Amino acid sequence: MSSEKKGWFKRLKAGLSRSKSAVSGGVTGIFTKRKLNAETLEELEDLLIVSDLGVAVAGRVTKALSKDRFDKEISDIEVREVLASEISAILTPVAKPLMINTENRPHVILMTGVNGAGKTTTIGKMAKGYIDGGKRVMLAAGDTFRAAAVEQLQIWGDRVGAPVITKPIGSDAAALAYEALERAITENIDILIIDTAGRLHNREELMAELGKIVRVISKKLEGAPHDTLLVLDATTGQNALHQVDIFGKVAAISGLIMTKLDGSARGGVLVACAEKFKLPVHAIGVGENIEDLQPFNAEEFAAALVGDTEA
Amino acid sequence: MFDSLSDKLGGIFDGLKRRGALKEADVIAALREVRVALLEADVALPVVKSFIDKVRTKAVGASVLKSVTPGQQVVKIVNDELVAMLGSDSVGISVDGLPPVVVMVVGLQGSGKTTTTAKIAKRISEKDKKKVLMASLDVRRPAAQEQLKILGEQIDVKTLPIIAGQTPVNIAERALQAARLQGFDVVMLDTAGRLHVDTALMAEVQAVRGATNPQETLLVADSLTGQDAVNVAREFDAQVSITGVVLTRMDGDGRGGAALSMRHVTGKPIKLVGTGEKMDALEDFHPERVASRILGMGDVVSLVEKAGETIEKEDAERMAKKMAKGQFDLNDLRDQLRQMKKMGGMKSVLGMLPGMGKMKQAAAGAQMNDSVFRRQEAIINSMTPKERLKPAMINASRKKRIAAGSGVGVPEVNKLLKMHMQMAKMMRKMSKMGKSGRMPQPGQMPPGFENLIPRG
Repeated sequence: MSSEKKGWFKRLKAGLSRSKSAVSGGVTGIFTKRKLNAETLEELEDLLIVSDLGVAVAGRVTKALSKDRFDKEISDIEVREVLASEISAILTPVAKPLMINTENRPHVILMTGVNGAGKTTTIGKMAKGYIDGGKRVMLAAGDTFRAAAVEQLQIWGDRVGAPVITKPIGSDAAALAYEALERAITENIDILIIDTAGRLHNREELMAELGKIVRVISKKLEGAPHDTLLVLDATTGQNALHQVDIFGKVAAISGLIMTKLDGSARGGVLVACAEKFKLPVHAIGVGENIEDLQPFNAEEFAAALVGDTEA
Repeated sequence: MFDSLSDKLGGIFDGLKRRGALKEADVIAALREVRVALLEADVALPVVKSFIDKVRTKAVGASVLKSVTPGQQVVKIVNDELVAMLGSDSVGISVDGLPPVVVMVVGLQGSGKTTTTAKIAKRISEKDKKKVLMASLDVRRPAAQEQLKILGEQIDVKTLPIIAGQTPVNIAERALQAARLQGFDVVMLDTAGRLHVDTALMAEVQAVRGATNPQETLLVADSLTGQDAVNVAREFDAQVSITGVVLTRMDGDGRGGAALSMRHVTGKPIKLVGTGEKMDALEDFHPERVASRILGMGDVVSLVEKAGETIEKEDAERMAKKMAKGQFDLNDLRDQLRQMKKMGGMKSVLGMLPGMGKMKQAAAGAQMNDSVFRRQEAIINSMTPKERLKPAMINASRKKRIAAGSGVGVPEVNKLLKMHMQMAKMMRKMSKMGKSGRMPQPGQMPPGFENLIPRG
């Protein structure tokens, strides 16, 4: 696996370039020397929908565009600027890095999400970042359901140098979380990251289990979990809204991480999520390498999504 | 969260009374709503456009049946066209041919390849009676090969021994060789997750394809996928020419528009759908179900309820099977009590047992009471594991301890033990009758069952 060093912005742009070219290429196609009329507006709305922005956000952005410009000649650069500023306005309030308060002793982070979203990989990357920053990190292999999930986290733990608390497959995940927290307290750990099994948000019994994990943790340490993160797959469509809604209700999600932005998926549903739930977006995953987890930056995300204005 | 298409179209056609035929203007207004509904269901835009064109041609001039509203008529046309586009004939996985037949599974990271590989292997080995060998070519994700190995042990399907440091092509070749030498009919190759835009990794999977010449190359895709579904399907098809799609996580509440997108851009059938984490949660693809889901006509709540029902039914069937074997200790009795609590009483359980009609009525008459079940469960919970396995060892002093532990009197413990004894006896009898081919008389209440009904 190549791990050449690139600036994170370059990486982000490389990761987002496909979404960018899809949207901005289309924008250029529509607006080069054209009047802004109902037809062009509809096409623009379509293009935003293609980016998984969702019908509501796409409608709002196109409305903002048409406000003073309807029936006027408009250049594609102007369109991109308005697009970017609209999207950025939605995203800026939610672009917040994950704040670790080491006074928490430990700061407990609970990772949640549907199956295959990338929870375990994200934990590996996060742990690496914190360990590099001089923190003492412990991992808890709370996915006691899926075959070899424990081994997967164990390998990440070995790679980044973090102890991993495990229990045999089929064990009670809440009991494991409790034990891990106990160990983390006695061993004076700074950050405890707890993995959980992937679960679909409409599976009531599995969501109840997640609720139990949260309760058990908060009983052991007041205020914990300090962060409960929902990992979203960028390829997911409008269903991400359901995921945020229901995980939020059951586990009091405090922030989002979006993974797999290095594909051709646009991840535009993040904009819809931001508008609807106003939950902080902490980071994005732009690749499989350990350093491919990047802080979320609203302006850059928006600019990358609609194309650079100076281009 | 989504309004159903029928509601929306109802709104459009509210002003219109019944007409002889659908006018173009009405159809266009209706199709605007259809377009939004499809987009909200994550059908990819180019697919939506081509679909709308088709429907427009069909709908304009179509006569409105007397019994329905124009809105309903449009929904019907849309639904029929959706089903047709999704593929009206169900296509299975082909594993016949000169062994070893190779089935390769490809897809993005986290789409559910490994789980799907094991589910398909289980299905082929059980339903088609084929000897299956599974091999994981995923040398990238930590513990991926281990995962397939564990699943293989669970479903009793052989996996290729893991040798560290081999390339995917090496592993695939080794799997084929092992299959030839050991007489396997089918080799399932589980590949690493990869992005369709990752040229290096796509070249790798092409190399595997070239080395093994798979009869089936299945794209495993998440049914929750958004607009990107077209790109993923088109690229995988163009680069490794897939033979079909397996959609995973259909037990989620996604609207499943990806199914239509993928089918449309590749022309390849959707062969199977994954509907849960259990190894047998793999079903044939039903276009009509997905069509109503995409249109938001199937009520999510009722779907969830239906799923819940099946789970309970499975539980009850498992229990009935256990009873038929004639083994019955106090653990089994406790399981039963729990099941009954979960299923909202004994009536539904009894309904599944043969010859219990009369019993069912008796149960209904006695007004089943959950608190009785809870008390009985508490008594069993107060026993040691040994006592539960061998109720005969429960002497007077043990009874006292159990009674104190569960907050009841000794007579109640006696009653429970008596009930268990009679039931165990009945189980043995029933299993013997089963073996000799005699079924219990219809309507005859087996001894012991009346004790289950709380009195007073």
